[in-house]
Amino acid sequence: MTQIHVSTKINGDAVEFLCEPNETLLDVLRDRLDLTGAKEGCGTGDCGACSVTVDGRLVCSCLMLGAEAEGREVTTIEGMADGEVLHPLQQKFLEHAALQCGICTPGILVAAKALLERNPDPTETETRYWLAGNLCRCTGYDKVIRAVMDAAAQMRGA
Amino acid sequence: MRYEAPRTLESAVSLLAGEPGSAQILAGGTDLLVRLRTGIGEPDLIVDIKRIDGISAITAENGGWRVGAAVSGAEMGEHDGLKADWPGVVEATELIGSTQIQGRATMAGNLCNASPAADSVPAMVAANAVARVIGPNGTREVAVGDIATGPGKTSLAKGEIVESIFLPARAARSGDAYLRFIPRTEMDIAVVGVGVSLTLDASGTCTAARVSLGAVAATVLLVEEAAATLIGSPVDEAALERLAAACSAAAKPIDDKRGTIEFRTKVAGVLAKRAATIALERAKG
Amino acid sequence: MALDDKHEAEGRVFKIVGTRPIRPDGIDKVTGRARFGADMSAPGMLVGLILRSPHAHARIRSINIAKAEALPGVKAVVTRADFGNVSDDDLRDILHNVMAHDKALYDGHAVAAVAATSTSAARQALKLIEVDYEVLPHVIDVDEAMQPDAPVLHEGRSDETVPAGMSANIMHRFEYGHGDVEAGLAAADEVIERSFKTAATHQGYIEPHACLASMGPDGQADLWCCTQGHYMVRNTCAGILGMEVSQLKVTASEIGGGFGGKTTVFLEPVALALARKSGRPVKMVMSREEVFRASGPTSSTSIDVKIGMKRDGTITAGWAELRYQGGAFPGSPVQFGAMSCFAAYDLANVQAIGWDVVANRPKQIAYRAPGAPMGAYAVESVVDELCGKLGLDRLEVRLKNASRDGTKAAYGPRFGRIGLTAVLEAAKAHPHYTAPLGPNQGRGVACGFWFNFGGDTCVSLNVNPDGTVGVSEGNPDIGGSRAAMTMMAAEELGIPYERVRTTIADTSALGQNDVTDGSRVTFAVGLATIKAARAAITIMCARAAKIWGIDADAVVWEDGHAKPAGPNAGKFPPMSLAEIAAVATNTGGPIAGHHEVNAEGAGVSFAAHLVDAEVDPETGAVKILRYTVFQDAGKAVHPAYVEGQFQGGAVQGIGWALNEEYIYGADGRLQNPGFLDYRIPVASDLPMIDTVIIEVANPGHPYGVRGVGETSIVPPLAAVANAVSAAAGVRLTELPMSPPKVLHAIDAARG
Repeated sequence: MTQIHVSTKINGDAVEFLCEPNETLLDVLRDRLDLTGAKEGCGTGDCGACSVTVDGRLVCSCLMLGAEAEGREVTTIEGMADGEVLHPLQQKFLEHAALQCGICTPGILVAAKALLERNPDPTETETRYWLAGNLCRCTGYDKVIRAVMDAAAQMRGA
Repeated sequence: MRYEAPRTLESAVSLLAGEPGSAQILAGGTDLLVRLRTGIGEPDLIVDIKRIDGISAITAENGGWRVGAAVSGAEMGEHDGLKADWPGVVEATELIGSTQIQGRATMAGNLCNASPAADSVPAMVAANAVARVIGPNGTREVAVGDIATGPGKTSLAKGEIVESIFLPARAARSGDAYLRFIPRTEMDIAVVGVGVSLTLDASGTCTAARVSLGAVAATVLLVEEAAATLIGSPVDEAALERLAAACSAAAKPIDDKRGTIEFRTKVAGVLAKRAATIALERAKG
Repeated sequence: MALDDKHEAEGRVFKIVGTRPIRPDGIDKVTGRARFGADMSAPGMLVGLILRSPHAHARIRSINIAKAEALPGVKAVVTRADFGNVSDDDLRDILHNVMAHDKALYDGHAVAAVAATSTSAARQALKLIEVDYEVLPHVIDVDEAMQPDAPVLHEGRSDETVPAGMSANIMHRFEYGHGDVEAGLAAADEVIERSFKTAATHQGYIEPHACLASMGPDGQADLWCCTQGHYMVRNTCAGILGMEVSQLKVTASEIGGGFGGKTTVFLEPVALALARKSGRPVKMVMSREEVFRASGPTSSTSIDVKIGMKRDGTITAGWAELRYQGGAFPGSPVQFGAMSCFAAYDLANVQAIGWDVVANRPKQIAYRAPGAPMGAYAVESVVDELCGKLGLDRLEVRLKNASRDGTKAAYGPRFGRIGLTAVLEAAKAHPHYTAPLGPNQGRGVACGFWFNFGGDTCVSLNVNPDGTVGVSEGNPDIGGSRAAMTMMAAEELGIPYERVRTTIADTSALGQNDVTDGSRVTFAVGLATIKAARAAITIMCARAAKIWGIDADAVVWEDGHAKPAGPNAGKFPPMSLAEIAAVATNTGGPIAGHHEVNAEGAGVSFAAHLVDAEVDPETGAVKILRYTVFQDAGKAVHPAYVEGQFQGGAVQGIGWALNEEYIYGADGRLQNPGFLDYRIPVASDLPMIDTVIIEVANPGHPYGVRGVGETSIVPPLAAVANAVSAAAGVRLTELPMSPPKVLHAIDAARG
């Protein structure tokens, strides 16, 4: 296969890469760009561990070809903190012990950030349904939901 | 495998028609990439239609809505006009997968993937939606219910693309709804799906109805006997019981890892009652 | 120690233990910096992939790898022929599971592996391997596998406990109990006998197995892998590959979930063999489908229970026969199931029989309290039914019959200090127990028990020149244990939490460490950490004594400082740990404390769960409305992580009860090897999981810690089944209680 040249933006930085036509965006992030924060839990869009945003839209990077990133803006977990200042969601996850093994955490944080950008005051039910595509096997979701809603409250200045 | 992202429909059609090997269309990719991943077989060519002008637009047309083939479920859910007129179609599309899937999956892709359990299709069939198909021999309008011919198979010829789906103008005092049964609250493929669209007259009697069942046959069913139970009735308890019976009778499901024949047959009737009730409330406004 | 002895920590005011500091590895995990199994790479690395049997049972007549080896980009192909003979039975079974020997024993069984320069070359190479299979009849169900005419997996491996004439798939018969069950049943006012079935489930960790192996020409090897026990991986791989243990250095990555499923090896010996043969590093990552088909789900079971109860609620006898299939090799957890199923009850007459059976399924491995949830499901369902029949309160009956300090357990020993009655009293007093229920809603109660384990443990605690402290331990952190070790070390040393850093050392740095399992880490590694800290304190007191010119036993340690023991010892201002550390070079050298032990004295842990469920009578859909966990933690070092264990175990149990199951076709192939159709709970399926931590100190640990990780999955199967049965108005006796099953039961009951 001839490789495709892609120009894109990742976490605000201009990035260029070569990829095979059948490589997913997840493959590219992890294996070509060393951005291993997004994880492959299933490869079929059922677990959300690979979540990123593309032009502001929350997607599974395992269900997108690397070639499709041409001209788009991708944000990953690596772009969530501002230098050494954690995003309120990241901070609240630590405070609430909303992670145990941590493998689902990058995906959930990216998804939760996308939620709060759309809906700064979600109910518990709205939060749970938004995050239904992010599987977690360790926490039972309880502390995750609490952390997201607490972060939302803080970000609202409530 | 090659990847192309044409900018016009014409070039997309000629790429697809001219491909000697196998070619697949890529819109949201939420079915196609799963197939690539599970090694069912890589096509020789993937044609990404998302960069085609206008293919991601939702446009008002003749009182109805034309939804471009690359419009995602998330975008449909953010469109107030579409939601107001066809809430059942929008909610059906929004049930597909997770929030992440919603960010990419399209109604047209859901239709052309031709899964018997596709969520958007019963709602589209109930809405009498029409697909605009563009191909090497020109344009044709195809009722959505005539696109899928069997599991994974469509009536599209080589080189043809669904360019958009038209949802007709909604009559006054009408409403639609879609319900599906899944064992969890999200993330599952529909075990049974029911789309109902109905219209009332000023006295509250149903004058028109379409009832469509998903996941209980090789393709989505439009059940005229079921619609007949509602037409001429006030959609009361008795009519709903007849509706349920007609839907259970029309269902031709299989036993598989997601449900049994017994279960699907029964629940088709139960969901039909519930969907019709919601459609009724929406019709009353 | 007498049962009424005071615990050594009683009355102690803890400064750090019991608080909720932020975990030391937290920032890496919320920023994506943490490196898990698949996040490592090496220059020149090859991709390794496995060829797997598409047959549930087949003789492997031949494997031809020539074409695969000849493909450009392929650097090594291995089969069973590349592994030598192994004399140890257990090790041989592991090897034969990791790479099929003469038979493929389940759909997905590994038969060959390749290492190539790209994934596409590796995939192509797999297609070029020619395997000649002779397909054999297969057996999937445990009761069918026990039939005398069932297809046989291994001839002649039934041991002496199995009566002659029984199926050759039966490996072992276990029996526990005491008293006279027949007499006990005869004395009952009500006897209920029921049969139950549970489907196989998977631990469901989100991170697939992954490793990166490299071996030099001198036979020295490095392995990076996600595992619950890198020392186990080292020992097992060395044994399989004929290496000395010291030639193989294993580093544990961060682990993305284990729950017991990563307490053995799958890819690792294969990756090492490929690395050896190719001379290059080899990375192997399982796909999700491979995880389901070819790692270690838990047993499916078939269980009969008979319990007799008097009208006043006294249980007069309990009897159970448990039949578990453990996949293609012996060693299902039926032993633990038989031992634990009646553990919550003080019974004069009890018997539990367990059968370990093989079947053409992947070899099972531990899943959080292995074997116990299924046994508890059966016993707690029958107790629930008896309570209903006799009109008795479910918690009162548990209290009446509860195991207490000194009770002779059904599995043999007498309990020491235990917390079951405290747990039950807390449940009884909780508002959840008396909250009103609506139509189609039901409440379920169930108890659970787990033994908890100690095991081989090494901790090395080093005092740095600036007064910070490093703790080296050998147990991968699957639940936040580094935070707990840091807290215990800081507590004991009397210094701030932030001055201590705990790392998981690779296998070259410490002696033997048992796997992170058995809920042993906070108990055993914690105990060793405390003792290592105390050893360091002894040294620091001696250093202060040397500086002051007094006897070492005239120095005490208080609040992070060495102090003269009393006014007679001399007037010396206290020396802080940092001050002692700063002059360590001059007083004898670097300061460290260490402790190695096979820890004993793990305290058993009991739990009770309350759950409210609602059933849609027209569709059989179940909704969990409310859930409360009551569990004895002994001493909660970090309460947030204890709560997390309670919640995680409960939710896995909810999934197991409602929707999770391995679905096989008539061809013996797994039909749902993915998260789409293997349905674990999603966030919208659940309410908040409330938790109540009970603390009845374990005499075997300096702070009273009991393991908590496993007990939490033992009650939910029964609790949810009891709630659903109450809500649906009909007893469900098969798991999972998926909607088609529930609806069928409701319709059948309605007639």
